[in-house]
Amino acid sequence: MNVEFKNINKHFGPVHANVDINLNIQSGSIQGILGENGAGKSTLMKILSGFIQPDSGGIYLDGKAVLIDSPADAIKYGIGMLHQDPLDFPPMRLIENFIVGQRGGLVPSYKETIKEFKELQSRFGFSLNPEAYVDTLTVGERQQLEILRLLWMGASALILDEPTTGISAQQKEKLFAALKILAEQGKTIIFVSHKLEDVEILCSKVAILRKGYLVGEVPSPYDTDQLVEMMFGKVISLGDRNTVAQNDVVFELRDLFVEHYPLKIENVNFQLRSGEVIGLAGMEGSGQDVLLRACVGLLRPVSGKVIVKGKDLTNKNYLEFMQNEVSFLPASRLEEGLVPGLSLAEHFTIAGEEKKGLFIDKEYFREKAENMIDEYHIIGRSDSTVESLSGGNQQRAALALLKKSLSIILLEHPTRGLDIESAIYMWGKLKERCLQGCSIFFISGDLEEILQYSDRILVFFSGHVSPPLDAATTSLEQLGQLIGGKGWDQVFEIKENYESNANT
Amino acid sequence: MNQTRTRSISLLFQLGGLALAVLFVTIILLLVDAQPMEAFRLIWEGATGNPTRIASVFVVWVPLLLVTCGLLATFTAGLWNIGIEGQITVGAIFTTGVMRLFLDTSISPVLVIIISMLAGMLGGALWAALAGILKTFGGVNEIFGGLGLNFIATALNIGLIFGAWSRPGIASMSGTEPFPEHFWLPTFQNFRLSLWSIGFAVLGLIIIYFLLQGTHFGLRLKAVGKGMKSAFRMGIPTWQHMMLSFVICGLFAGLTGAIQVTGVYHRLIPSISSGYGFMGLMIAMLINYQAIWLAPIALFFAALNIGGIQLPIVIKLDSALTGVLQGSLVLFILIMQGIKQRFVGKK
Repeated sequence: MNVEFKNINKHFGPVHANVDINLNIQSGSIQGILGENGAGKSTLMKILSGFIQPDSGGIYLDGKAVLIDSPADAIKYGIGMLHQDPLDFPPMRLIENFIVGQRGGLVPSYKETIKEFKELQSRFGFSLNPEAYVDTLTVGERQQLEILRLLWMGASALILDEPTTGISAQQKEKLFAALKILAEQGKTIIFVSHKLEDVEILCSKVAILRKGYLVGEVPSPYDTDQLVEMMFGKVISLGDRNTVAQNDVVFELRDLFVEHYPLKIENVNFQLRSGEVIGLAGMEGSGQDVLLRACVGLLRPVSGKVIVKGKDLTNKNYLEFMQNEVSFLPASRLEEGLVPGLSLAEHFTIAGEEKKGLFIDKEYFREKAENMIDEYHIIGRSDSTVESLSGGNQQRAALALLKKSLSIILLEHPTRGLDIESAIYMWGKLKERCLQGCSIFFISGDLEEILQYSDRILVFFSGHVSPPLDAATTSLEQLGQLIGGKGWDQVFEIKENYESNANT
Repeated sequence: MNQTRTRSISLLFQLGGLALAVLFVTIILLLVDAQPMEAFRLIWEGATGNPTRIASVFVVWVPLLLVTCGLLATFTAGLWNIGIEGQITVGAIFTTGVMRLFLDTSISPVLVIIISMLAGMLGGALWAALAGILKTFGGVNEIFGGLGLNFIATALNIGLIFGAWSRPGIASMSGTEPFPEHFWLPTFQNFRLSLWSIGFAVLGLIIIYFLLQGTHFGLRLKAVGKGMKSAFRMGIPTWQHMMLSFVICGLFAGLTGAIQVTGVYHRLIPSISSGYGFMGLMIAMLINYQAIWLAPIALFFAALNIGGIQLPIVIKLDSALTGVLQGSLVLFILIMQGIKQRFVGKK
């Protein structure tokens, strides 16, 4: 199906999110949409998939003007959108999810649908069990399910929004192979991403958006520097590595044993020094998040000790960790990080350590919020609710809300979903704290980020934890193999040495 | 300018809801062959026709205001305190129980009234805390826990009225033996209305307004209500805050029960809560949990309640009609809010 955008304009309040966008996507092609956060990619895709309506301009499918009023309308026209967070029903079985969107029929025919499901998935080399429950699937598998469902419902154009976030390398390969098959069949694939590498491998053509404008279109093969420049307007580098770690130990795990279905993480011994940055690498669900939560009292360890600045805080709850200058920044910002419905000023009031009388000094906290908004370049006002901010600005706000005096900060995917500039900014702010002796423990799926910012690295593979590796002498390839489960024999040799050294 | 525009649009939708509710009730009246204008006139007359009626409106206004004040605390913490009815009842039971202890003593009646009312507040708070404990430590949703506790409170109340505290020889639905007049809250001239209870209501409203709007505690409560996980991660002890909001609500409910015993009925009666708790839930939804609108809306509901009494007397209509009006008002205004969000709020 040929998809064409003509003169699309969309405003959100004062923000002109899409400015006069004209884009023609041929059927059978894989079109990349590149752009940093807030460039207008999501807006454009939401317009195509019927979630929002443009202020002006129109969409033409195979040359015919159409009015797409709702997501149900979109699928009727053959447009299916695969969202960044899968829109499925976790407590239901796969096949039930599959049938849910089906039109017509009082009693769904399970037998037949399962047969069709199996046929369909065999075409793409997927191997999902239709009787399994959705909440037992990985993100990548849920994505596969969603793709199959959309195809089954008759999608002839597929929109994928950041589909490679949170899935394994193998799953990515499978996904890309499937997309190529679909394109050969004449389906239109729209691939939205801010990952240059993925776009370069997959897409036959890429459109670049910046600040609401369509900056240009580039066909394959690509010149990476050119793409970066079109995205950001200037070339940026990650900056130099620098280490400010000192020798005193601020945090220690002793023989820690954590169990969290289906993972068992045993025998973790580890010391964090002040000013040090430790990266936790691994495929999603390899145990990093479990260990991190056990480190701050959000998960109870089965045995072993968690020691903060010489104090045994094992089995204490998170609030006590906070009192000991430990803070945790989770990945799901609006569920665990910020409170939707409260304004920025209200957040600073709650997080503030000063002015804790009975009544709130609203003027003081409004000013504080405004100062922080300036300092952290948050786009928003002190009375903006946090859910009205963009993802990147929410992350900046979460960072700004961290207390001034902290000894340890634990972060889950601190730059996920951020564009490069915002990510560099985040790390600049975090490194400032390291200079003052604060230590950082962070999870990331981005290996380059791990290598760039960590002093030492812990690698996770299905519940196994490597000894700390020196980031300066670890290569990207080595790290990539380790998180994929290769080369662990050597690692355990290091671990034995490390432990015998620690014992002597 | 933009903000005033949003506000006036908002008001327009609220008024639209009101109009629809009135229309709905009018249609019902027409269906039962009654004169709508006559019915509305009677309600108005019934509520404002003479000083006694106006005083009666305020007698209903006080408990409505107090329970809704309490409910604002639990709603802010994201809790549906359905158990409010039981909390009023237990408050009334505690007040009656303590007052009975002092009936034949020489302690000053003023002191007895104060102690019994405090006991009532304690009773309400305990009953509310029970719902909170069931939720926090037993994993029982506060709606189910509250519903169960309501039944227990009602059964306890009836049991006492017909059993341990029954009137000598003539246990009946009319309640326990009335207290002697010097144990009553002093009333205003010859009306049933006590200025003291008005004072409590106004004071309660002021306290809850500043507690929720101006204090750190109120803001933390709001954070717990809007996002419990995030609130905890920001350092707020969440279950403790929920428990406190239950206790605050229970204090208000208990005080309501105490006022009904000491100031209105002067004894314990089977339906001592009079459904004010549930009505409070409706008012809280209607005012969108904003304390600022509470006083006038509660007054309006009270006026409907009192005005409705005239209906069966004069035109043989059931006084439940005002209940229909109150209920449809809440429904239509909520519907209009939904419609507003769909058409105005959509981006």
